[in-house]
This record gives sequence, C-alpha cells and structure tokens, in this order.
Amino acid sequence: MRLRFGLLLLGLLAAGGIAAPWIAAWLGLDPFAPDLFNRFAPSSATNPLGTDDLGRDVLLRLLEGARVSLAVGVATAVAATVIGTGIGLLAAWRGGVVDAVLMRLADGMLALPALPVLVVLAAADTGRIGLPRGEAASDIIRIVAILSVFGWVGVARLSRAAALSVLARDYVRAARALGASELRVLLRHVLPNIAGPIAIAAALTVAGAILAESTLSFLGLGIAPPAASWGNMLANAQDLVFSAPWVAVWPGLAILMAVAGCTLVADGLRR
Amino acid sequence: MIRLLAGRLVQIAVTLALLSFAMFLLIGLMPGDPIDLALAGDPRLTAEDAARLRALHGLDQPLLTRYLAWAAALLRGEFGYSRLFAQPVAQIIGPALVSTLVLLGAAVAVSALIGLSLGALSAMRPRFAPFADAIAILGQSAPSFWLGILLIIVFAVTLGWLPAGGAAEEGGWEALRFLVLPVATLAMANLAAYARHSAAELTQVLRAPWITAARARGVAEMRLLLRHAAPNAAVPVLQVAALDAGSLVGGALITETLFARPGMGKLIYDAVMGNDTNLALVALLLVALVTMLATLAADLGQRALDPRLA
Repeated sequence: MRLRFGLLLLGLLAAGGIAAPWIAAWLGLDPFAPDLFNRFAPSSATNPLGTDDLGRDVLLRLLEGARVSLAVGVATAVAATVIGTGIGLLAAWRGGVVDAVLMRLADGMLALPALPVLVVLAAADTGRIGLPRGEAASDIIRIVAILSVFGWVGVARLSRAAALSVLARDYVRAARALGASELRVLLRHVLPNIAGPIAIAAALTVAGAILAESTLSFLGLGIAPPAASWGNMLANAQDLVFSAPWVAVWPGLAILMAVAGCTLVADGLRR
Repeated sequence: MIRLLAGRLVQIAVTLALLSFAMFLLIGLMPGDPIDLALAGDPRLTAEDAARLRALHGLDQPLLTRYLAWAAALLRGEFGYSRLFAQPVAQIIGPALVSTLVLLGAAVAVSALIGLSLGALSAMRPRFAPFADAIAILGQSAPSFWLGILLIIVFAVTLGWLPAGGAAEEGGWEALRFLVLPVATLAMANLAAYARHSAAELTQVLRAPWITAARARGVAEMRLLLRHAAPNAAVPVLQVAALDAGSLVGGALITETLFARPGMGKLIYDAVMGNDTNLALVALLLVALVTMLATLAADLGQRALDPRLA
C-alpha cells in the first residue's frame, strides 16, 4: 500500500520530467526564455500554473526541475550505495581494526551537523580541480559529489550490520568449505542476502539527497539559474511574499511529493 | 562510565581535527584570498604591496604550514579576526551562539511536546494512528525553508500577526514574538521523528505483560501511559534526540538565514558567502563541537535512565 503510493508519486514526477520537452513543444513555450511583459501571470490556458518573476512558465520549469532534482537524487543514491555497500562489506568481512576505524569514521560523520558542513563544502571552488562552475551539468556533478560525502554513511552502517549476520550463517561456512573464494562468498552469497536493507537505505538516501539539493539550491549554493531546480525556484520566492506569494507554492509541493514518495517506498520495503 | 566518556571525548577531538583539516584544505581551494579582495577594494595597491601583505599574513606559505599555525592558534584560544565584520571572531560568536541555543532549545521543547503527544495519541487510540503517521511523513518530507516561507505568507503577510524576520532590539515579549515563526518552522521539521519513534515504542511497550497486569489492577489509562509506559519509551526517544542533533543544527542554519535572525547558522552562511574563511571555519568547528556534545549528553541520559545500557 505504502510502497505502491510512494512509487505512484515518484512515477508521476519522473513521467513529468521525461515528458518535459514534449509538453513544452505542445504548449509552444520555452522554460528558459524570459518574457518580461508576462511576469507573474495567473494561471491560464497558455500558462497552466502561471509565470514566474521573469515571465517563464512555472509548470515547465517545475518539470525541468523534476529532471534535475530526480537526477541528483538517483545519482547520489547510486554513488552512496556503491561506496557505502563496499565499505560496509569490507568492515563486516575484515573486522578488527579495519572495522573499528571505518565505523568510528561513520560515527564521526553521523555526529556532524551535515548542512553547515555542506554549505562550506559547496562554496569550495571546484574550478581549480577541473570542474567548470555555473553550467548545469557540472553543477549536478558537483552537488552529487558533495552529497555522496555524507550519503554513504547510512548505507555503510546498515549493510555492515546485515552482512555481519549473514557472514555467520551456515551456508556461508558451507560455501567456504566447498572452496569458494572470499570474493565469491561476498558477492554471490552475502550481497544478494543483504539487498533488502540496502534498498531501504538507498531509498532514504534519495529522499535525503533531494532535500539537501533543494536546500543548497535555495541558499544559492546548489544548481545555479537559469537551469531549473525546485530549490532555486524558491530562492527568490522569499522576496516575493508580498507581491506574488503563490510563486512559493508549487516547487515546495513538488519537493514534498518526491521526498514523501521515497520515504513511503522505504517504509513499504521495510514491512 | 568514565572509560566510555573518555573514549567519546577522544572521538570528538579526532573528528574535529579531521574536519578542520579537510575543511581548511578545501577552503584553500575557494576562489580568491583576502589580499585579492583588498586589491579589488583599493585601486592604489601595487603588486609589491600585495606581495608584502601576503608575506605579512603568511599567505605565501604552503597550505599545510598555514593549517598547523592556524590550528595551534585555535588551541591556544586565539580565534583570530573576522574579515567580514572587522571584529575579533570570539566577540561575534558569543552572542550568535546564545541566540542559536535559545532557538534550538525552544524548538526541541515544542517539537518534543507535540511529537510525543502525537505518538502517545496514536499508540493509545489506534484509529488515530494513520493521521499521526501522515502528519509525521509530511513533516519529515516538507523542506523546512518552504514551510518557513508558507508561515511567513500566512502569519506575517496575510494576517500580519507576527514579524516576517529579524530579531528584537531588546528582550521581553517583543523578543518572543520574533521567536514564534522560526521556532515553529524548526519544530515542524523535527517533531516527525519524535512522533514516529514514540508511537512505535509506546505501541510495543503497551503490549507488555506488566501493562496488562496494571490494567487488570484497575490503573487509569492516563496513569498507565504516564507512569508505566512513558518511562520505558523514553530511552529510544532520547536516542532519536541524539541522532537528530545534527539535522536540528542544520535546520537552524536554514531558519536563521530565512528569518534573518542572528545566530551561528546565519553566521556560517554569511561567512561562506562573504569569503570570510577564518570566521566560517571557527564557527563551523564550534557548531560541530556543540552538536557532538549534545549527542553525547543524550547518550549519557539514556544510560542514566536505563541501567541495562550502562
């Protein structure tokens, strides 16, 4: 029930994001072209959700934002899951000092206030290490890299705990007795059996990444305009609370839908 | 207990050392140094002046040397100066920390009160559980800056009851009015965790045999909840408080920036935006230290409540 509702929410957003170019062509509008004579238009047949402070169509920018925000969420989750699972498996398999060091590192990361650290990280100049600033693609890569720094921790802890219990099972001992290599034991016997907890952690990572990306973009440290992201659509909504309060409604609802969708999926997987 | 405390304090020190090192190196990658900014501000400065100033402030040294000198000064209690505010960092941070702790304290109190009530309600009245669950999921999923903007639109712009941002010149009732919207924003984002965990925990505790026994003795439902069930559910709730300390501080950064309320979060944000490296780093380390100490306090609280953990 929860799983289905969550998937439905995410599916709607993803479908909207994928269909964005066709919807733009169908409406005959460009989500990036300013139209200063048509600022803050109310919703109409041509602009279903009205226009923003530069006269751009809000619906189309929401759909463009869905592409960016979902891409950041999924890419972060993939990176964090791969790194986190690797570290979790390594810690559970090696044990001892390796386990202790990795898990203390995870504890330390978990204890830190993530957002202030992310804000400082996001301001570091990636231009000097070869990533140009200000282009949408490089912004996305930069944000995914920053969010992965914190994202792996949750996955690593969950996968380590699950792997520890699986490694003590009889079928693992049987596989070892049959002469399976350690790598084969980990990849063929342990990994498939800890896929459940990892999937839950991944779903929660998507939710966290979407929230964090929108927050950084809102603060002006994430995806920079003219590229659309739900967070940067809200960036100047605060200055418009007196003149155009309705501008603030839609992007926030989109974030809410996406994050609630991921949370529901994680909840559904857990039951 | 002493060993545990010592171990945790060492861990905090190591984390801070690693964090400061990583951040110092990364900020070294930030565009421009203070001398570049001085050059931009004063056209009469020559290239020789710039080189002389860089040498004077040690900016011509390698990054590692600079880090060690800076960290040594921090350990001696010399926090240096803020370029942005042209004041000693120690003087700026004091009032900001107090303001943030007031905000955080109020937000924790409000979100624990409402969250625990929601949790208790859904544990005692299963029919109410889906509603409490929905509220918790919504609170957890809505971005707090958006909730803040909505609150400003409703209570500051439309109704005009409360100020949209800033802080009062003096204390008293006026200061409280400025606190309402930021605290509400922060509490809404954090009460979800309290509600979900206390509901799950209380539901489980209420199934325990001793609860049935107490009920059979004719103990009133309210007394059952407060006297018999709540203390047993308190430990996991403190655990949530410990785990949530970091996100609470992150929320403070958002609310302070959104409501233009002076505090540590806004200080870090302004320092980062204004290229004020020293202030940003010192403030970040202090916030991290306070967060980790709060987590430690919540952990110790759990052990004090439940002797089985100690």
